[in-house]
This record gives sequence, C-alpha cells and structure tokens, in this order.
Amino acid sequence: MNGTDVWTLCVIAGLAVVTVITRGFFLMSNQAWQLPRWAQRGLQYAPIAALSAVVIPEVVMSHGELIATWQDARLFAALAGVLAYRLKRNVLLTIVVGMGVYLPLHLIVGI
Amino acid sequence: MFFSPRLIQHPDFKVGMRELAPQSLGIAAWGLMTGVAMLKSGMSAFEAVVMTLVVFAGSSQLAAIPLIVAGAPIWVILATGFCVNLRFVVFSLHLRPFLMHLPRWQRMVHGYTTADISYVLFTRRYHQPGQTEAERLSQEAYLAGNNCLNWSSWMIASLVGIALANWIPPAWGLGFAGILCLLGIQCSLASSRMRIVASLVAGVVAVLAYHMPLKLNIVTAIAVAVALCMTLERE
Repeated sequence: MNGTDVWTLCVIAGLAVVTVITRGFFLMSNQAWQLPRWAQRGLQYAPIAALSAVVIPEVVMSHGELIATWQDARLFAALAGVLAYRLKRNVLLTIVVGMGVYLPLHLIVGI
Repeated sequence: MFFSPRLIQHPDFKVGMRELAPQSLGIAAWGLMTGVAMLKSGMSAFEAVVMTLVVFAGSSQLAAIPLIVAGAPIWVILATGFCVNLRFVVFSLHLRPFLMHLPRWQRMVHGYTTADISYVLFTRRYHQPGQTEAERLSQEAYLAGNNCLNWSSWMIASLVGIALANWIPPAWGLGFAGILCLLGIQCSLASSRMRIVASLVAGVVAVLAYHMPLKLNIVTAIAVAVALCMTLERE
C-alpha cells in the first residue's frame, strides 16, 4: 500500500491553488484590465510547450537515456495516437487507438 | 456554480446538461484513466482522492505525476502545472463579459468549474453576452448545466479509477494512457504552425536537458520554446 506524505499533500494543495488562479484569472478583479502584449503572446505558446516538455521525454527516453531502438511500443502508440487525432480530432480516440497499439506490443510482443 | 436553485430550476440548465451528454463518456474515460494513473504512480489512495476533489484539472494532474515520482521541487511542479493551465487564463478572459454582472465569488466558482469542454460548448453557443437580465440568467444556467454534468462525470469516473487501480497489474503499463491523454490535448492545441514549432522545440530541449537537476529541464524547455517562438513571430 502506498503511504501518504505531507510533501505530496502540499503539492496537491498548491496545484489546487493553481487551478483556482488560472481558471479565475480574469474573473477576479472588478476592474477591467489587460495583460501586457508580451504576456498575451507568450500565452499562445506556453500550454503546448509545457505539455510537450512532459510528454516527449516520457515517450522517447527510458532510465534517463534516449532509447537506442525504434522498436519501442511507446513510439508506435504515440504515432498512432497523433494520426488518430489528425483524422478525427478527438482526444478520447487518441487514447483508445494509442492504447490499442501499446498494449499488444507491450504485453504480447514484449517491446 | 451549479448548486444554486435559481440555476438548477432554469430550463437552460437541462439544455446545458443535454448538450454535454455526448461528451460525458469521453470525460469519464479520461477521468477513469487519471484515477488509475495517480494510483499507479505510487500515490496513496487518500492522496489520489484529495487530488481529484480539489485540483479538478486532468492535464495538470497528469503532468504533475511524473514530476512527483521524480521528486522534483514543489515550485517546478507548480510552475509546470501553471503553464499547462495557462489555456484557462485565455478561457477566463473570454468568459469575463458573460459573468461580470455576478458577485466575485460566484464568478470565481463558475471559472473554477469551467474546464475545456464546457468552455468550448458555451462559447460555441453564445457569441455575445446577454443584454437583458433574463438572457444573462439563461446563459448562466446553460453554463452551470454544462459544468454540472462535466464535473460529475469526471469525479465519479476518477474515483472509480482510484478504486479499481489496485486490481490492475502494473506490468500492463496503464500509466502510459495518461501520457497519451496529454498527447491528445497537445494535438488539440496545435492549431497554428508556430504552436507546432513551440511543441517540437520544447520536446527536444526537455530531452537534451534531461539530466539537469531538480527536473529543471521542464521549465527550461518551456522558457526556450516560448522565447524562441516570440522572437520568430516578430520577424
């Protein structure tokens, strides 16, 4: 059984505050105001960059090293997931198709 | 704020729920998997339940998991969650004129409960803020109905996922579904060529800088990608 620790609970509380601040960012103040131009432009790119910075290493690395072979179930699954998104524009389909490729390769073929 | 009787009794509350219904299966699947992924990462069931109930943001929860496992410092995890959530800042700007007639705490509750799908449905249906009291109430009721079903599908499925996770063998590697989910959201944000560039640059930098201490590769990757795109854009 996994244990509960205070550090993780602090992280969780912090993430909850982050949700409240980001979802209510422009709803907090009674006065109308605008972000500076540079921040508005940065806002275009930060979310996708953050997702990519988390996702890509989880797909192409294992044990802290770039994988040396292309025969890795994660690569095929990610590729299939991206293609599925391009065809149907549906996030759920990305997961279903990706796992549909990942599970047999990982569990049966063993890559 | 979907627990207020004046909204629940409004006919547009039901319309909001009905229009979200086709999406609720997808939301539930994503919630289920987030529940499983939290437990599979080594969190305790109590931590996972608290996280589900208070954070209520699948993408930042999933992005935080590998960082928590790696023991990254809290500020790196929060900064990453903040960046992943920056899309909500844009949503809140868009929703502002629709909600400004309400007191602050009600606006904040509406903002907190509005996630990706209800934002898309709401802004697709309403292009202008209501001009009369009745119109504003009907818009608010629609948003609340949307959020009510979205929140319930997400919460129930996440809690079921947490309950089931211990019966699923770790060798299946189901945690990878969380990564695929983030990948799907990433695809949905890739709406312009510059955003695709941002995504590629961030991915490459995160891999190259992987051995930086304290998981600083994530924050570095975001900073480099955003700075590079803002520079390229100006030219």
